[in-house]
Amino acid sequence: MIFKIILGIGLTLVIIAGIALPMVPNPSSFFELPIVPGLEDKARIIFFHVPTAWVCVIAFITSLIYGIQYLRTKEILYDIKSVTAAGLGFLFCILATVTGAIWSKFSWGAFWNWDPRQTSIFVLLLIYGAYFALRSSIEVEEKRASLSAVYSIIAGLTVPFFIFIIPRIVSSLHPDPIINPQGKIHMNPTMLVIFIASLTGFTAVYYWMFNLRVRFAKLQYQQQSKEQD
Amino acid sequence: MNKIFNINSALTIFIKDFRSELRTRYALNALIMFVITTLAIILFAVANETPSIEISAGILWIVIFFSAMSGMARTFVSEEERGTVMTLHLIAKPSTVFFGKLLFNLILLFLMNIFTVVLYLILIPSFIIKSYDIFLLTIFLGTIGLSAASTIIAAIIAKSNTKGTLYPVLSFPILLPLLMIVIKSTKSALEGIEIAKAMGDFQVMIAYFVVIIAVSYLLFDYVWKD
Repeated sequence: MIFKIILGIGLTLVIIAGIALPMVPNPSSFFELPIVPGLEDKARIIFFHVPTAWVCVIAFITSLIYGIQYLRTKEILYDIKSVTAAGLGFLFCILATVTGAIWSKFSWGAFWNWDPRQTSIFVLLLIYGAYFALRSSIEVEEKRASLSAVYSIIAGLTVPFFIFIIPRIVSSLHPDPIINPQGKIHMNPTMLVIFIASLTGFTAVYYWMFNLRVRFAKLQYQQQSKEQD
Repeated sequence: MNKIFNINSALTIFIKDFRSELRTRYALNALIMFVITTLAIILFAVANETPSIEISAGILWIVIFFSAMSGMARTFVSEEERGTVMTLHLIAKPSTVFFGKLLFNLILLFLMNIFTVVLYLILIPSFIIKSYDIFLLTIFLGTIGLSAASTIIAAIIAKSNTKGTLYPVLSFPILLPLLMIVIKSTKSALEGIEIAKAMGDFQVMIAYFVVIIAVSYLLFDYVWKD
């Protein structure tokens, strides 16, 4: 309960700060954000877009790890956790794609232009979609769990190829190479605080939703088991 | 005497599949007609226009990808349907079955790709290869990667209720990294780029099929055992 209250207050502050703090050429106090050349107000999306993208990757890795745990132990609880993480990951993946597309419209003139980063998130959506299509087509519980785990492991291994292959193939318009060419964090202190707070907040939201859904799924599973007995 | 897999047994499984295929021609007939009809559609669509190098390279691998999907979906499904799965369980280790099937798919796909490329060269006027070394290596490595990923996915969908339809859905995200890189190097071959400049692409292809085969070998047990 305390956790939820703190989380609620924290994210509210992040949202207000991210949207309302004024952007000025030379910030002189903690409550002012710097103007990012070429982006201006469009840069504010970073407080919401990057955290959702971050969470959907975390969720994918979580799902993968629980899948491995299931193959190792055959304990159905791990499969429940795996599919729950995948479901939330799918949700955050959609949010990341939508926020990115909206930003793309204002910055590049089109909602979608197959920028390498857009391709990466698109593939992640495809993997999630294929994962759930596979699960829906297998009725035997143990078999469904095993095959889903195997598929997510194989899919997980293709992700590094996107991290390394895509940058080599196509040049990207995504802000990171522009804002952060040396790969270091150059954010203004205020911006950095808000960004980290947002990242933490979104991760905490994901963690909370995950636990909530796992508890629900466990009860549901127990109910089904009773009905079958 | 704990070998990774028994070579003789794997070859035996391959020979079994080969004979079965010659007897029934399930895959061969479907593949040949699929390639022909797909190329016919491409020719109708293109009509008298000349597609660019980029589009020519992409279309080639679209044909190859969907031909592979239609031809290799039945790798394990046919075993399920004929009730021969139990026999295979009794006589061979899972890894042996996997490599036997992989070998069969590899050769099937090689033959299919040769057929596709020959037809493509004959029928698509803008498809002119300037760097043959790049092109042949691309076809070779691309075929290995394609068959490796397709074999493990085929094993997975053999247990599902929507076997044929689900196959390209599951395969595409897995194969996309490979497809992107082979399309790029095919484009290089059409543009006449030196092979030295394409080495990075080949390294990625090799890394890809090594990873896929290794993980398939490790995970096949979980798919194969009921």
